[in-house]
Amino acid sequence: MLTQILFYFFAGIAIVSALMTISRRNPVASALWLVSTFFALAAIYTLLGAFFIGIIQILVYAGAIMILFLFVIMLLNLGNDYEPDFRSSVWKATAAGSSLVLLALLARMIAGPATPNQTASVDLAAAQVEQYGAVGAIGVPMFLEYVVPLQVTGLLLLVAVVGAVVLAKRKI
Amino acid sequence: MNAALFLSAILFVIGAAGVVVRRNAIILFMCVELMLNAANLAFVALSPRAGIDGQVIVFFVIAVAAAEAAVGLAIIISVFRHAESVDIRNFSLLRW
Amino acid sequence: MVLILALQEAAHAAPEAHAAFEPTLPGLIVLLPLIGFIINGIAALVAARAATRLRALTHGHAAHEAHGHASHDHAHAVATHTHVEEAHDAHTHDSHAVAAHQHDASEQGHDAHDHDAHPAGHAEEPVPTGWTHTLPSLVAPGVMALAFIIALLNFFGMAGAELHEPVVRSYWSWLPVGDLQVDAALQLDQLSMLMTLIITGVGLLIHLFSVGYMSHDPGYPRYMAYLNLFVFFMLVLVLGASFPLMFVGWEGVGLCSYLLIGFWFREKANADAGKKAFIVNRIGDFGFLVAMMMMFVHFGSLNYVEVFERAPELAFGGAVVTAICLFLFVGAAGKSAQLPLYVWLPDAMAGPTPVSALIHAATMVTAGVYLVVRSSTLFAMAPTASLVVAIVGAATALFAATIGLKQWDIKKVLAYSTVSQLGFMFAAVGMGAYVAGVFHLMTHAFFKACLFLGSGAVIHAMHHALHATHSHADAQDMRNMGGLRRYLPVTFITMGIATLAIAGVPPFAGFFSKDEIIGAAWIGSAGELPLSQGSLLGVSGATWMGIIAVMLSIAALMTAFYMGRLMLYTFFGPNRTGDEERRHLHEVGWTMTVPLIVLAVLSVLGGFLNIDSHIPVVSAFTPLAIGGELALHGWLHPIIEGAEHVWESNVTGVGEVHHAAWPIILAILIGLAGLALAWVILKPETLGPPERTPAYKGGLEKALYNKWYVDELYHTIVVRPVYFLSRAFYSVVDRGTIDALIDGVVGRGSMLLGMTAGRVQTGQVNTYAFVIIVGVIVVLGAFVAL
Repeated sequence: MLTQILFYFFAGIAIVSALMTISRRNPVASALWLVSTFFALAAIYTLLGAFFIGIIQILVYAGAIMILFLFVIMLLNLGNDYEPDFRSSVWKATAAGSSLVLLALLARMIAGPATPNQTASVDLAAAQVEQYGAVGAIGVPMFLEYVVPLQVTGLLLLVAVVGAVVLAKRKI
Repeated sequence: MNAALFLSAILFVIGAAGVVVRRNAIILFMCVELMLNAANLAFVALSPRAGIDGQVIVFFVIAVAAAEAAVGLAIIISVFRHAESVDIRNFSLLRW
Repeated sequence: MVLILALQEAAHAAPEAHAAFEPTLPGLIVLLPLIGFIINGIAALVAARAATRLRALTHGHAAHEAHGHASHDHAHAVATHTHVEEAHDAHTHDSHAVAAHQHDASEQGHDAHDHDAHPAGHAEEPVPTGWTHTLPSLVAPGVMALAFIIALLNFFGMAGAELHEPVVRSYWSWLPVGDLQVDAALQLDQLSMLMTLIITGVGLLIHLFSVGYMSHDPGYPRYMAYLNLFVFFMLVLVLGASFPLMFVGWEGVGLCSYLLIGFWFREKANADAGKKAFIVNRIGDFGFLVAMMMMFVHFGSLNYVEVFERAPELAFGGAVVTAICLFLFVGAAGKSAQLPLYVWLPDAMAGPTPVSALIHAATMVTAGVYLVVRSSTLFAMAPTASLVVAIVGAATALFAATIGLKQWDIKKVLAYSTVSQLGFMFAAVGMGAYVAGVFHLMTHAFFKACLFLGSGAVIHAMHHALHATHSHADAQDMRNMGGLRRYLPVTFITMGIATLAIAGVPPFAGFFSKDEIIGAAWIGSAGELPLSQGSLLGVSGATWMGIIAVMLSIAALMTAFYMGRLMLYTFFGPNRTGDEERRHLHEVGWTMTVPLIVLAVLSVLGGFLNIDSHIPVVSAFTPLAIGGELALHGWLHPIIEGAEHVWESNVTGVGEVHHAAWPIILAILIGLAGLALAWVILKPETLGPPERTPAYKGGLEKALYNKWYVDELYHTIVVRPVYFLSRAFYSVVDRGTIDALIDGVVGRGSMLLGMTAGRVQTGQVNTYAFVIIVGVIVVLGAFVAL
């Protein structure tokens, strides 16, 4: 019961923040609203039982990626004179229309007759959490089944760092 | 779980609309991140049914999104140096 | 005389031998001219290559194109004369080689002059020598002589064997198409044998004439090649055993006619004349083809033997057989220059004169008559169609004769005379007098070829004279001639004999053949011919034949008149050529006079081949009959038996044939009167050169001179609409519609489509994202729907 109310509360925050994100002129405002969205999402993750993911969401997304965004905005000195950077109203209408259509389709898919009953009797993820703890529930599969993706991701991050440095230098 | 999926759908659609409508490259990027998050939420929402793999995937998605953000922003910076603006129309040389 | 007796002997001795007729190498008769064509053709190609190279060397700055005419040789050319010319008279070894060529333009206001129009200063093409020009002189007449000899052997064999059924020699299966079986087969019967003898015999004489006439022309080997090719096709035409094979020959002679008329093709008028001939022929060919198709539908076969066996099964006088015959006649009218498709023949005088003699007098134009005689069974079945043939023939005879009265060009007079005489032949075969038609065909070949060759000799001599003084006068205009009998005696005598023959003066050949035709018309008007029972447009056959007899008689009068006029203006009276030129006028060489003499002799003797002792006056000549009385009739009887059977079964009420004396007397009087009138009325002394003598005086003469404006009429009602249609189709349909569709709709449209669709590539990420979203929507939509 409480879970439900909290869920809807944070969901509302998430939706409002998302709408704000896409509609602000000021990039800084837009970024901050996105941070708000991330916070709400983190809360929802926690409510859904993905504790580790929720923490990681805040640490990485809100804490690192958004900081990066804000740094870039500051570097490029974008926060001052904001020209309207929306496309024409035709595009706005198109976007709105197609979004609604897409939403309808997705809703149909989620709640439609072909989709299997989603109120599961067994919560598999929770079982894992029970067994290994919140962190271990992620950690154990990662180092057992997903060790290759783990190492590759590490490599990817290395490459990304080097690439970012190279791309952003004034003179190579 | 249904509700979470609905939320994921809504957030995804909002992000998509934002991508179509905004011209500022950085804000565009932020909308893409929003879409990624919506996908993550969907993964997490389905993990009671599908197992812990859903959350593991989310972990990886977050890591890759971070890397992608770094590189993408570096590109935006270098284009900005050339064009003095992050308007997406500066990025549109591959046109008819 | 000895010749006559020998022939009579051979004919009487023949009945002893009743062996079956074994043809001797019939295929070789047809093949020999083809071989001649190939050899001469190779010589022509080699000569042309050499000439092109030579021209490129010597005329690098050529301000004029080399004409196909012979050029002047200068003094040193004497040494390069070929051995053929050594046989010429010494006179021809002048400092100028003889440029022997002739052509004429259509009378549309301009005379295409021969290259006399060039001032002497221009360097002309040297007359080539070497094997390419001596070989054709031997090969071309040689193959003709061989073919003639083989034909003669077959003729005697056939005469000895008293053939009743045609002998068909099949060489290979040419068109085995479904139900149609046509072989490459030769049919040897009396008619085809007779035609073969005429073609090869007269052809041989003309080839010999051409050696003298054309050997100085740079295109000489090509000329001989075409002549041989023509003879080949003509032989295929008459010897073919089926209609399609005849049609092959039919088309082939049309082709060769085109090639030879336009022989000097660098002159546009000549090329146009060639095209005109071919195109008008083609109109007739359409009729021939339709007739063939109808025959196939109704008879199931196109071989003569089978068609004529099955023909009597059709309804007598019914629509089918009448249609077939009418369409066949359309074809014949095109080929044999009858109304309304005769317009090509006068223009065809643009070709060399021997060509006119061979093709347009003796052989090709007789193909139509041959066709009708060959199909006599069919025509006997369709009295209406036969009457049409007869009437058109008579009308043509009269019409062309009127035009011939006022022409000044010697060849044009002869051309219209040919059209007129062909009209006589068609009138004959139309009336059912098939033998008379073939008889006239044969005698006409003799005297008309003699006349044409004679005119060729005259023109040759005139050319020589005019060249000597570089005069620009027209060598073919009679107003430039006159009194030539002193200078060209042999030509004068032979042409005189031929003129008497064509005028119908006994005992020359034309008298017997032409008056057999007119006599048949009078007999028919008295109801004594099977065709008198027929009717056309409600008028009975007898009445029509009376009209035909009158028309033919008037035409005969005019024939005698204009031929007398021709002789008068050319050979009598004072000479108008000019004092300077007169010194260069002399008789032509032996290669040209010998054929003239032979043909003149034939014009005298030819008539004795079909003496009918039932006819008064004619019966006086019975002792001279070659081969016995009515030799030709007897010879051709197996051919017309089919028609006779048809008449016996279907026609009743035909009267007894009475041969009165008055038609014959009338005919003789007409012939003599025509000549006398010409002598009395026309005063050659009053003529002057063309500049001072108007072509016509008064309206009627103007109409005659301008050929009754028929060409202009055709131009207005046929040519102009065709041009208009063609331009309309070009601009409206081709350019306006199709091009607009393709250019506009397809071309421009795809361009627009491309440009519009290309706008999708904006380069902006937003747009691409949107497109992806749309794609996702579509896919999800598909999922949801299914």
